[in-house]
Amino acid sequence: MSEAQVFTLPTSKDTAVDGGPAPLAPKRRPFGAWFKDKGWRHAVGIVTTIFAVFPLLYVLSAALDSSGTLVGSNGLFTRIDPGNFIALFNDPSRPFGRWFVNTLVVGVVTSAATVFLGAMAAYAFSRMRFKGRRIGLLSLLLLQMFPQLLAVVAIFLLLSGISQVIPALGLGSQLGLIMVYLGGALGVNTYLMYGFFNTVPQSLDEAAKIDGASHVQIFFGIILRLVTPILAVVGLLAFIGISSEFVIASVVLTDPDSQTLAVGLYSYVAQQRSENWGVFAAGAVIASIPVMALFLFLQKYIVSGLTAGSVKG
Amino acid sequence: MPKTDLLHEAPDTAALASSPGRGNTGGSSAGLSAGRAGRGNRRFGPDSLKGIIVKIVLLGLVDALAVYVLMMLFLSQSWAALAVSSLVVLAINWIYLRKGGLPAKYLAPGVLFLLVFQVLVVFFSGYIAFTNYGDGHNSTKDDAIAAIQLTAQKRVPDSPAYKASVLTKDNSFYLLFTDPSGKVQLGSNGEPLADAPGAGKDSTGKANSLPGYETLAFQEIVASQQEILKITVPVSDNPADGTLRTADGSSAYQFKPALSFDAATDTFTDTETGAVYRDNGKGAFADDNGQTLSTGWKIDVGMDNFARAFTDPSLRGPLLGVIIWTFTFSVASVALTFVLGLFLATTFNREDLRGKKVYRILMILPYAFPAFLSGLVWSGILNPEFGWLNQTLLGGANIGWLTDPFLAKISVLVVNLWLGFPYMFLVCTGALQSLPTELDEAARMDGASAWRVFRSIKLPLLLVSVAPLLISSFAFNFNNFNVIYMLTGGGPRFADTDRDIGATDILITLVYKVAFGQGTGRDYGLASALAIIIFIIVATISAISFKQTKALEDVN
Repeated sequence: MSEAQVFTLPTSKDTAVDGGPAPLAPKRRPFGAWFKDKGWRHAVGIVTTIFAVFPLLYVLSAALDSSGTLVGSNGLFTRIDPGNFIALFNDPSRPFGRWFVNTLVVGVVTSAATVFLGAMAAYAFSRMRFKGRRIGLLSLLLLQMFPQLLAVVAIFLLLSGISQVIPALGLGSQLGLIMVYLGGALGVNTYLMYGFFNTVPQSLDEAAKIDGASHVQIFFGIILRLVTPILAVVGLLAFIGISSEFVIASVVLTDPDSQTLAVGLYSYVAQQRSENWGVFAAGAVIASIPVMALFLFLQKYIVSGLTAGSVKG
Repeated sequence: MPKTDLLHEAPDTAALASSPGRGNTGGSSAGLSAGRAGRGNRRFGPDSLKGIIVKIVLLGLVDALAVYVLMMLFLSQSWAALAVSSLVVLAINWIYLRKGGLPAKYLAPGVLFLLVFQVLVVFFSGYIAFTNYGDGHNSTKDDAIAAIQLTAQKRVPDSPAYKASVLTKDNSFYLLFTDPSGKVQLGSNGEPLADAPGAGKDSTGKANSLPGYETLAFQEIVASQQEILKITVPVSDNPADGTLRTADGSSAYQFKPALSFDAATDTFTDTETGAVYRDNGKGAFADDNGQTLSTGWKIDVGMDNFARAFTDPSLRGPLLGVIIWTFTFSVASVALTFVLGLFLATTFNREDLRGKKVYRILMILPYAFPAFLSGLVWSGILNPEFGWLNQTLLGGANIGWLTDPFLAKISVLVVNLWLGFPYMFLVCTGALQSLPTELDEAARMDGASAWRVFRSIKLPLLLVSVAPLLISSFAFNFNNFNVIYMLTGGGPRFADTDRDIGATDILITLVYKVAFGQGTGRDYGLASALAIIIFIIVATISAISFKQTKALEDVN
């Protein structure tokens, strides 16, 4: 698959699809013909949409119903009041507000650093030729098959060792957690960016070099500006991934004040799933809104990143 | 396969990079390498002044932090870590201060994190898998001996009662003892008894003051009760002589270790029963009946953890079940999501379909919803007693969607389908739209049916571009912790084992539960051994499948 094809792919709205001439529909067609051509597609669409959307409506309805238990949540949208949201923010043993801020901080710092580290590596791989470059790219490809959570025990013990020397970087510290996450900063991200960097014409660099630009100037001044879409995609995917990460966060962050939403919200329902249901649902709604909004808002970019990933690696 | 495709030099760039230059630009000739490292023939321009200043400041900050870390390592006497860290700091400075070696400057930060938190931890897991690290086995043997001596204390029978007062000096507490004969001695936590000349006594003959110390009043004793209770004053330098402790701040008793340690024979002896506990070679002291003391130490156990995983009757059966289910789950998840995603992609691949955009946005909502929440939300819907599905949709039925082993597996797959189909839908849509339409038209001209076009033309072409993605999707689902742990927690539990292993557990949730589970003791050694098994499985599968996809690509 050629480079050109790959990168026109996400935006190719004009591509003719599904073959067959799509004749201008006459004003009135028998229902049977309409159904055979298009109607069944709507039927599939409606069924799938119900399957896709129902759980989200369910959690929204539970969040708005302050009777609070799992049984009470079964009548959808029969009661609407903000009781759960008020309860959510007034439980000192479960500081939801703190969790929210923690998640934002950890997510934003990690994804920003991920983008930066990944972009630097992609720049090196894309624009420079050096010994070990091929091996380097291959190892990144291989390493991404082994997610960090496999080594969660070792990460826990390593951090508990670190906390004996420098408590600020060890267990219970968000900084420590961010460092752990940055271990996965290269890998798939670099690969995605590498592919995109390669599409920026080499001649631009050459021209800048003739003008005496240093490698730093070319990196920040030319390359990074031209690859902004992929930076946004990688940053977003990293943010979404990290805000959902449970395993490592649950092991590293032990103090309720420092936990992230994933760890905190799980604790809401881990013990008594039924009793805290309403408050949990309220928390779930608030926790998911920023991620879903970002996702839908930047949908086009993300989808292009995904499909690029599918064809590029 | 596209992935390896990228590793071949793209033709246009290969022309620019002179081939002899590629092999030896490793920076051996420092002065020139900066220029030669560039892809083109031209050198990069010189660094700007601003750039140099920023670089110096950043490097300075990093070094300042490094010096702090090194100092802390020195103070805590972690010599090995100190040596490694020093080397890393030197390497960082060398990379950034030398001329040339440009690629390293761009790669170093990411690679450093990668090495520590992705590569090193894997080797560390490998090491832990060969030890008995876990609850009761988390330190050295000397620590374990000291801990046993400290914790296994009993009041010495018929020992005299000491009178005691609590004194304080420089924010630490001291106990002033008066023994039955009237002898006054001072001691504090961990500091053996010493004579206390010049102590003042009250009317009952109890020493209650000492020059240079302040005596605590009753209220103050109550206020600091916790700390005072913890004060353990050794009678002498020999821990076997026992300790003095107070329970109320006014009287003290002599406690002796219930187990006495004999360094010469390396044994503990129960002072009452006379039972002898010996080092059993498995990181614990055990008596002749095999009864072990609860505190042990960390030792290397060789292949023991692996052997245990496949021979221990409480582990072998469940583990086999878990491995089979892990494969079933990941293959079925990929297949289901791909089939549904592809079906939807073909269904909606029509420009003239009204409402297409709305369908599309609504259908990808599950993918935008945070994954850990999805499992929890579905666990509410499917809850057998109170859930919406049983109570409302099925009118009060009592179907064990999450408690029956078979239904729980189905539920997990359905929820994972819900989570995963939008992704496959997006990807398949993208891939379908990138297929050349000429083939399609040509086939139709030849009279092929729509199904035939799909089956013989679109699907094979689609698979080529989507195959690598299906493999990574498989690898992802193989370790799809969130959906399992949030939905069923691995349950329902197997009946034939006392361990916390259940019908929907996959390997990674098992690792987590063995290492950090509630209730059962933490067993890091066994958990790491299981993680290493996952590593081996994933590595084998990806090696095979990447070869396969390469073959697939070559064919096309």
